[in-house]
Amino acid sequence: MNFDDTPAEAEFRSRAAAWIAANAPFELEKELERANFGLQLHSTDPVAASKAWQKKKYDAGWAALRWPKEYGGAERSPIEQVIWSHEEGVFSKLNIPFAIGFGMCGPTVMKWAREDQKRQLLPRLASGQDIWCQLFSEPAAGSDLAGIRTRAERDGDEWVVNGQKIWTSGARDAEWGLLITRTDPTIAKHRGLTMFFLDMKSPGIEIRPIRQANEESHFNEVYFTDVRIPDAQRLGEVGQGWTVALTTLMNERMSIGAEMPTSFAELYALCRELGVIGDSAVVSRLAKFAVKASGLRYTAFRAISALSRGEQPGPENSIGKLVAGSMIQEMSQFALDLEGEAGMLLETEISPERAWFRATLLRSPAIRIEGGTDEVLRNIIAERVLGLPPEARVDKDVPFNQIPSAATAAR
Amino acid sequence: MQFDFSDDQKALQSDVRRFFERASPISVVRALIDSDASHEASLWKQVSELGFLAAAIPVEYGGAGAGYLELCLVAEEVGRALAPLPAVSSIYQAAELLLLSGSVAQKERWLPRLANGESIATIAVAETVGEVTPDRIAAKVTDGKLTGTKRPVSDGLAADLAFVAAHGEGGLGLFLAELSLDGVQRSAVKSVDPSRKQAELRFNAVAVEQLGAAGAGQAVLSAMRDRAAVLVAFEQIGGAHAALTMARDYALGRYAFGKPIGGFQAIKHMLADMYVSLELARSNAYYGAWALATDASQLSLAAASARVAASDAYRHCATNNIHVHGGMGFTWDFDCHLHYRRARYLSSVLGAPPEWERKLIAAYGRVA
Repeated sequence: MNFDDTPAEAEFRSRAAAWIAANAPFELEKELERANFGLQLHSTDPVAASKAWQKKKYDAGWAALRWPKEYGGAERSPIEQVIWSHEEGVFSKLNIPFAIGFGMCGPTVMKWAREDQKRQLLPRLASGQDIWCQLFSEPAAGSDLAGIRTRAERDGDEWVVNGQKIWTSGARDAEWGLLITRTDPTIAKHRGLTMFFLDMKSPGIEIRPIRQANEESHFNEVYFTDVRIPDAQRLGEVGQGWTVALTTLMNERMSIGAEMPTSFAELYALCRELGVIGDSAVVSRLAKFAVKASGLRYTAFRAISALSRGEQPGPENSIGKLVAGSMIQEMSQFALDLEGEAGMLLETEISPERAWFRATLLRSPAIRIEGGTDEVLRNIIAERVLGLPPEARVDKDVPFNQIPSAATAAR
Repeated sequence: MQFDFSDDQKALQSDVRRFFERASPISVVRALIDSDASHEASLWKQVSELGFLAAAIPVEYGGAGAGYLELCLVAEEVGRALAPLPAVSSIYQAAELLLLSGSVAQKERWLPRLANGESIATIAVAETVGEVTPDRIAAKVTDGKLTGTKRPVSDGLAADLAFVAAHGEGGLGLFLAELSLDGVQRSAVKSVDPSRKQAELRFNAVAVEQLGAAGAGQAVLSAMRDRAAVLVAFEQIGGAHAALTMARDYALGRYAFGKPIGGFQAIKHMLADMYVSLELARSNAYYGAWALATDASQLSLAAASARVAASDAYRHCATNNIHVHGGMGFTWDFDCHLHYRRARYLSSVLGAPPEWERKLIAAYGRVA
């Protein structure tokens, strides 16, 4: 049992560190350290900064580390990807606009697109030219993703799309979108779906930023009015969209070895700042947060160790977001409790820790919803790790257009 | 990074698990619970002959000299099997105390006997309700003679010797007392976990030996408890895993409303949360194992983290295991309450979690 790199890992780490030290945009370092959620930069255009960093990495062979070379990748091992991310440190925040592309859309394209499409699209993503977004969720289909209603109807060599997507990160900046549609509402819901990729500048697409509960506007609504997509941009067969979507979702939940940041250090620093470390109630709460933070940290280390041995990490990886989400929420409430009446203020000229817990107070409810709600994650652990039976699904074999909904209930 | 146990260590763990499945089924645990015996002597003899619990005692003192990582995995299996052994007293605490502060003569005399199970040792510190602090200790050593009363003393009926905290020259010290001497009175005290028996020990002018420097009792005790906390954490995660497995199996087999209750989200989510607390505890315990095996400067922080997380996980899993079993979980005949009781015992034995929460945050402050 040790925390040491193998000689090959150490060699890779030192080369990565040296390249980053020589090439990273250190002029943005302070600003990146202060960024709370998402990529917030004031001195420069964040998307341009992100694309420039990605291009620089690509030119030097440090981009898309896990991908095959013919698609713009570097063909490195999973453990090298982990080491790279560790060394990239605060500059990895610049990757946020590409997270959906590398994490979900890219792997889906790689598995389902034609060879010529892969050779065209994937190097553009790897080299920072194209940002991708994922057009899955709808107002009436969140956890029940297979209940989406956006229609695609065939018209010769094209498909005509009408409907609405929601919670689309980065839609305004994206060149490409991965879109799941309903192509047949008269058959069972999982069988009537078809996946496409499309140009986000296509006529008929309207993007409206959502004003979020925390006053930011990271997410969008995307409206489709007679948007035409060439049939050549279909991924998988007509009606195979659910299977294709599973590729995307499996990748979404596979951020292996990535430690969920829980900001325990910030909470401890805040308690020091406020002089409450001696209070026994404070100490008890702090200790409970501390063991969750260290538990997540060392769970990630266990996964990294499995990768280093060339093995798949175990299912314990699935606990990260579930634990971190509610923990971040509870920590922000606790931090503001410590401020007494001042906890009601959204001040700006305060310490970074106090600002952080204000930001997390308002942002954290979404962490427990996005990318799989707490309840969906518990179902996944219960079914895939503990082997418990799936939920009974009353709508499984019913034609989609006969499934009860809020609209049919109102009639 | 290899933040995991080696294949050899995991193979040893499998052997130990199979041994307990064969030699210490739940009927053996229950037999001790129903008897007045001080411990399960036959199982203790078998385990001692195999040398499992002597894993971390150096070869020159009659141990196996394998190491702490091996002992951690043995402890996990002791916990999983609910094994009725005096391991927490004699091995995780007493042997560690001797290794930390015993004289060469004391180590040479006692460690081989603890390693081969010929002698059982325990720790006698607490006297009254509340966290152990020097002002809650009345026991005194005057002219080499110990007088005072200790309770609870785990395995105090089975033990041949005890390391006793008492005020002596220079402050609070630790003293080695042989329990066969005149002036020692022992009586059983009913334990929440009757598979780990408790006693009260009365000392009336009993000749004792000083262990370690005079007045160093508190520091040595604290250092020993850090080490023991890691080992106890492995017993706790072994027990927590067993309780989770019991609950899962019952949820799959018990039908209500026309299907296994494990198909209802209320049960599924409860079990998922048990799994989460177990994995958080396991990862913290692994860090503790690393710190113990390498004698790292982070041992205090790692031990406190392991202890707080493992105490929480075992209690959480044992409590919900009863709940998943419904009314059957509240019967004497189902084994759920054995984990519930053991979880309580293991939470109390080295000082309860609130004490360790304070140690954790103090240790964090030193390294932060």
